[in-house]
Amino acid sequence: MAAAGTRLDADIGTALSKGRFKRVGESVIKLSLVAAASVSLFTTVAIVAVLVWESIPFFQEVPVQDFLLKTDWQPLFEPISFGIWELIAGTMNIVLWSLVMALPIGLAAAIYLSEYADPNVRRILKPMLEALASVPTVVYAYFALTFVTLNVLRPILGDSISIFNALGASTVMAVMLIPTIASISEDAMSSVPRELREGAYGLGATRLEVAFKVVLPAALSGVIASVLLAVARAVGETMIVAVAAGSTPNLTLNPLESIQTMTGYMLQVGLGDAARGSVQYRSLFAVGLSLFVITMIFNIAAQLVIKRFREEYD
Amino acid sequence: MSEAPPTTPPTEAAPVHEGTATPRPTMSRKSVGASQRTAPDRFTPPEPPALEVRDLSVYYGKKMALSGVSMQIPVKKITALIGPSGCGKSTLLRSLNRMNDLIPGARITGAVDYHGHNLYGNSVDPVEVRRRIGMVFQKPNPFPKSIFENVAFGARVNGYKGDYNELVERSLRQAALWDEVKDDLKKSGLALSGGQQQRLCIARALAVEPEIILMDEPCSALDPIATLKIEELMRQLARDYTIVIVTHNMQQAARVSDYTGFFLAGEAAYGQLIEYGPTEEIFTTPMDPRTEDYITGRFG
Repeated sequence: MAAAGTRLDADIGTALSKGRFKRVGESVIKLSLVAAASVSLFTTVAIVAVLVWESIPFFQEVPVQDFLLKTDWQPLFEPISFGIWELIAGTMNIVLWSLVMALPIGLAAAIYLSEYADPNVRRILKPMLEALASVPTVVYAYFALTFVTLNVLRPILGDSISIFNALGASTVMAVMLIPTIASISEDAMSSVPRELREGAYGLGATRLEVAFKVVLPAALSGVIASVLLAVARAVGETMIVAVAAGSTPNLTLNPLESIQTMTGYMLQVGLGDAARGSVQYRSLFAVGLSLFVITMIFNIAAQLVIKRFREEYD
Repeated sequence: MSEAPPTTPPTEAAPVHEGTATPRPTMSRKSVGASQRTAPDRFTPPEPPALEVRDLSVYYGKKMALSGVSMQIPVKKITALIGPSGCGKSTLLRSLNRMNDLIPGARITGAVDYHGHNLYGNSVDPVEVRRRIGMVFQKPNPFPKSIFENVAFGARVNGYKGDYNELVERSLRQAALWDEVKDDLKKSGLALSGGQQQRLCIARALAVEPEIILMDEPCSALDPIATLKIEELMRQLARDYTIVIVTHNMQQAARVSDYTGFFLAGEAAYGQLIEYGPTEEIFTTPMDPRTEDYITGRFG
């Protein structure tokens, strides 16, 4: 018995030992997962590095203070001037007005889907809403120019609105952003535990009160994330603004005017208006860098808002 | 614990059945009135009813969860609903303040009368019902807000115009939580222990000044000491409120309740009221053999 016991102990010792090749599969899998995760990280770092690197020659020609303090963006005609604010204003014009339309509608849709809709209705509606997000933006772009501006805005507003204007682009941008906001916000709201809702209902709260006073605060980080994603899409969207909003740098938030956004300018230069190595060409990277900084500021601001207002339920 | 109401004459405690481990009421509480029960589930408490359930059936989709329950819930007493899982006791409880309305596909037939009005009448607003008939849930579910805001929530949504500081203090005192939290009312309700959270939920329900409080297994997530505190609190609250409690814990039903309803899902898998009567009678001289089997621990 004792001998058998000893052999058994040895066997168990072998079984327990780490063994060099025992878990090869495990480490291969782990390595490939790490590699996959690293791809996006390295790409981001590389893009930022390129932007900074290529912007340096631009800022050797155009002083940083001119870039940041002047308010004229006139890269192609004399007197040449690179004051970024007209392009920033163009981007903000679009972001502002598209969000003014998309945020209330998107949130209302999310609240309806999460708090009011019958499960069967939600099962049909949500995929339909999400399908809106998969329409190619170039389709939206011509829809903005030909339908929204010519058939809707012009008949209502008359000639006070130019053919290329921020409002048409913003309207269509809003249509594109609504599913993003609605879908992600709805996910966040649906994952708020049912017990919290029942607690509020049990105290005599109405559906609307439950939605706004319990569910929305608890789901705030998801809702802000959806808005952030919407802002990022609006800031980065190129086709719609290039086609429908015009190519006139303009320091205004008036939606009726023709404007140019940062992405719109980058597309224009990219399509061959500037020779490689020229200051116009290099301005591409400076504008790209500015875009990146702006998006980053939005992200940080959103994190602060979430920290301050979120009601954490777990 | 709480004194028995002087209006009802005490009855002799019935002898415990030979050879059974019947849990006996451990709190010093006198029995409530000699009942004249003709059938196990036919019982009219001597007190006026706070709620009268009449032939209530509940369906979830096509499935019947509860069938033809009739019972009177007496005013300012604790009525316990006991029975094994799936017997429909929680379903009944949630039907008493129309919480079942929130479950898609739930359908109810029959009536629940409250002050002479059927809660399921066409013109009844479920939001108003829930304000008058509050609820405490199985898992403590304070809002992720401060202790103060948790208690003030119900009053806020009901447009309370009085002094909120006073209301919050009074409600927390009633729930026996004030002394433990008075110095950090701004702390999140979730920072409290489980038992404190449940008392916070009770305070929250009390702040709306309901007439009836429904408790759905309020101690099942709590340790024994926290459970005893809540039970003690329930006896105190029963002076001013009608309480209906669902519990899995038969000792708890025996300890705190005045009346007990025993539910069971039969062959057909829908819940039925098997027996209803004064708690002491249910636990010592049950009329239905199935009640006896359950309370003596032969199943469930």
